[in-house]
Amino acid sequence: MADTTFILKVKRQLRPDETAHWQEFELRFRPGMNIITCLRDIAERPVTRDGRDTTPVSYDANCLEEICGACAMLINGYPRQACSALVEHLDKPIRLEPLTKFPLVRDLFVDRSSMFEDLKRTKCWIPIDGTYALGEGPRVAPKAQEVAYPLSRCITCGNCLEICPRVNEDSHFVGAAIVSQVRLFNMHPTGKMHAKERLEALMGPGGIQDCDNAQNCVRVCPKGIPLTESLAAINGQVLKHAIFGWLFGHD
Amino acid sequence: MKNPKVIIVGGGLAGLMAAIRVAEASVEVELFSIVPVKRSHSVCAQGGINAAKNLKGEGDSTWQHFDDTIYGGDFLANQPLVKGMCDEAPAIVDLLDRMGVTFNRTPEGLLDFRRFGGTMFNRTAFAGATTGQQLLYALDEQVRRFESEGKVKKFEGWTFLSAVIDERGTGRGICAMNLKTMEVRTFPADSVIFCTGGIGAIFGQSTNSVVCTGSAQSALFQQGAYYANGEFIQVHPTAIPGEDKCRLMSESARGEGGRMWVPKTPGDTRDAKQIPEAERFFFLEEWYPKYGNLVPRDVATRAIHKIVFEMKMGLAGQNAVYLDVSHISREILDRKLEGILEIYEKFVGVDPRKEPMRVFPAMHYTMGGLWVDNNQATNLPGIFAAGECDYQYHGANRLGANSLVSCIYGGMLAGVAAVKYAHGLEKGTESIASHIYDHERRRQEEMNDKLLHQQGTENPIFIWREMGNAMTEHVTVVRYNKGMEQADTKLRELIERYQKINLADRTQWSNQTLAFARELFNMLALARVITLGAIARNESRGAHYKPDFPERDDPNWLKTTKASYNGGDIRLEYEAVDVSLLPPRTRKYTAKN
Repeated sequence: MADTTFILKVKRQLRPDETAHWQEFELRFRPGMNIITCLRDIAERPVTRDGRDTTPVSYDANCLEEICGACAMLINGYPRQACSALVEHLDKPIRLEPLTKFPLVRDLFVDRSSMFEDLKRTKCWIPIDGTYALGEGPRVAPKAQEVAYPLSRCITCGNCLEICPRVNEDSHFVGAAIVSQVRLFNMHPTGKMHAKERLEALMGPGGIQDCDNAQNCVRVCPKGIPLTESLAAINGQVLKHAIFGWLFGHD
Repeated sequence: MKNPKVIIVGGGLAGLMAAIRVAEASVEVELFSIVPVKRSHSVCAQGGINAAKNLKGEGDSTWQHFDDTIYGGDFLANQPLVKGMCDEAPAIVDLLDRMGVTFNRTPEGLLDFRRFGGTMFNRTAFAGATTGQQLLYALDEQVRRFESEGKVKKFEGWTFLSAVIDERGTGRGICAMNLKTMEVRTFPADSVIFCTGGIGAIFGQSTNSVVCTGSAQSALFQQGAYYANGEFIQVHPTAIPGEDKCRLMSESARGEGGRMWVPKTPGDTRDAKQIPEAERFFFLEEWYPKYGNLVPRDVATRAIHKIVFEMKMGLAGQNAVYLDVSHISREILDRKLEGILEIYEKFVGVDPRKEPMRVFPAMHYTMGGLWVDNNQATNLPGIFAAGECDYQYHGANRLGANSLVSCIYGGMLAGVAAVKYAHGLEKGTESIASHIYDHERRRQEEMNDKLLHQQGTENPIFIWREMGNAMTEHVTVVRYNKGMEQADTKLRELIERYQKINLADRTQWSNQTLAFARELFNMLALARVITLGAIARNESRGAHYKPDFPERDDPNWLKTTKASYNGGDIRLEYEAVDVSLLPPRTRKYTAKN
């Protein structure tokens, strides 16, 4: 019996300054295969459906178990991780495109360093005095840990920025992932002491007020992070800080 | 000397910790990583980090942690560094806690601990079942803070090609390739720390991430560094087999009460839930009554092999056994294990809260690695190593939840040692003639040019697959000299064929095919080190098991393998293990007490 095959369409672009074009590949279906396996099949035999030799597809991937955040791309128009996108659950032909809200490197590979820059700008860390022995950390109630832990699972994949209508040519909203990280650090007993600096980084253009509450972010988050709760919480903190911080010089 | 510079290759836990220590000493750091450091493989560690904080009133101690680690490693580890690690572990966990790691808590707000393999104590601190991710992020955040202060400079999207070594054999920096522009460049440094992680890709499928090829440590080995105990490879008992990778199902599933079983009747095709408890064979509990499901990984893996291949009791005749957590309350599962159960659910499509998971062993970790002394220094002056890529901490078998602590401890030591070394240099890199750097860059560019221009007949991906298949078949759980000799013949054939590889991509922009081809050669070289070390070692110790030599042989083999490279030939020599703190004793997990 002949193998079952399916069609995969990939948007190709060799360089950022070249125009994109689509290529079609016919691949052999195996149970359990994901988009990574598809891209590896192409790398092994880079020939298009109409028999033309091409190059392997350039893409970003590392852990292949949806925890490193690398392999985000548009799969059938939807931002998600390629490793956890199983072929058997996808409508055919499958369409792969790079995320559109980040500078393109090649094919499906994009440069998301802006997210790491934003984490820097918003001071998303606990400012410890040093790594020498200073004893135990602060006590944390189990309930508080249960709120913080889901936020700390953000893999910086960028899916929430990709789907956000406020991340576009004219508006550079920092995005739900970063806002949610600010909430995480502002919650921590030590992080809280420096909450003001993080909130101030989220005021002004591209800050929290650019969120128009479309709530798309929470639907595409592969880790199920309650992003809309984070947006609301930080919006509240920023408002409070803007009013009371200005009036009384503290928040 | 004044204003030294330290280069760190690799931004996982060890590399980030080393970077922090160097930056804290006010020394300039350049941090190189193939991926953005936040996407490093440490992110995949699940179950937790060991530290004998004794918060459960069990009488645990750092000495007991040390004893468990040495015993678990079948006495092959040099003891002083392991002792140092276990002594420092509680302070490391406290430090991580101060950095904001969202560790699980007790009702009193203290750190919670669970049990892991190879110990009777609840010694493992954890953040759900994504502890590695949380730890990596904590260190990543601290390094980002140093980066914002200008103390650390990151080179993400660069791959290491070689070390720059001067006429005296001293490390003076690195040669690296930008994975976007494909530019090859040298970077001077007064000391270099390798934190380049695991080598899973050598075995084709493993639980490791794509970047874990061992390419960097192999390149350094080919430049004169010793590679130690390469033959000690950990095969994790519980993973979900997959074509692209084997996804780990953490030991913490058993730490929280998960049980391994197969139906008592071989070939029983009933649904797992329809098989009554009396008709289930809980083989680990039966064979190892004291430790039960929490025997060390090498022991559990061999037990599964016995069940599947000798007793033919694999599920429905297949290479699979059950890992069952379905009897544990949903509330506990979601609070403590959600991260891994989610992986099983997404990739297999079955809810492990309701159905037992089907798992099988997979290559997971290398105990062997770059030879380093008690200061994490390799035999090449100026070059240090820490983390999974060094060989020091786990002997012949690593205990679960010891890898995170060894990465951080090793990174701390290496950072401090690299700074001390750089300060002690009379002259810095400015005294090194520029032709040393130019020569190394040209050597690397020529290798790239050859690959990019030659018209070959061999597909690098096929060579990689054949290597992975040979290594997995002959050099993992059960090892026979005859099979391993076949594997080495295969590897030599693949190295020949490598000379004729043909790249499907010859462009000079984000060419992943070229980068992979460069890694492939290094993987082949390291695969031979593993295989030859295993052939030579005629005994069974920890993860290295030879049915023809079933016992540990201390008189002949209580020694460290040191491999060196000379123009394509691999030479093995041996050195004594430092057993000054704990006299070797027989390792047995079968006894009731």
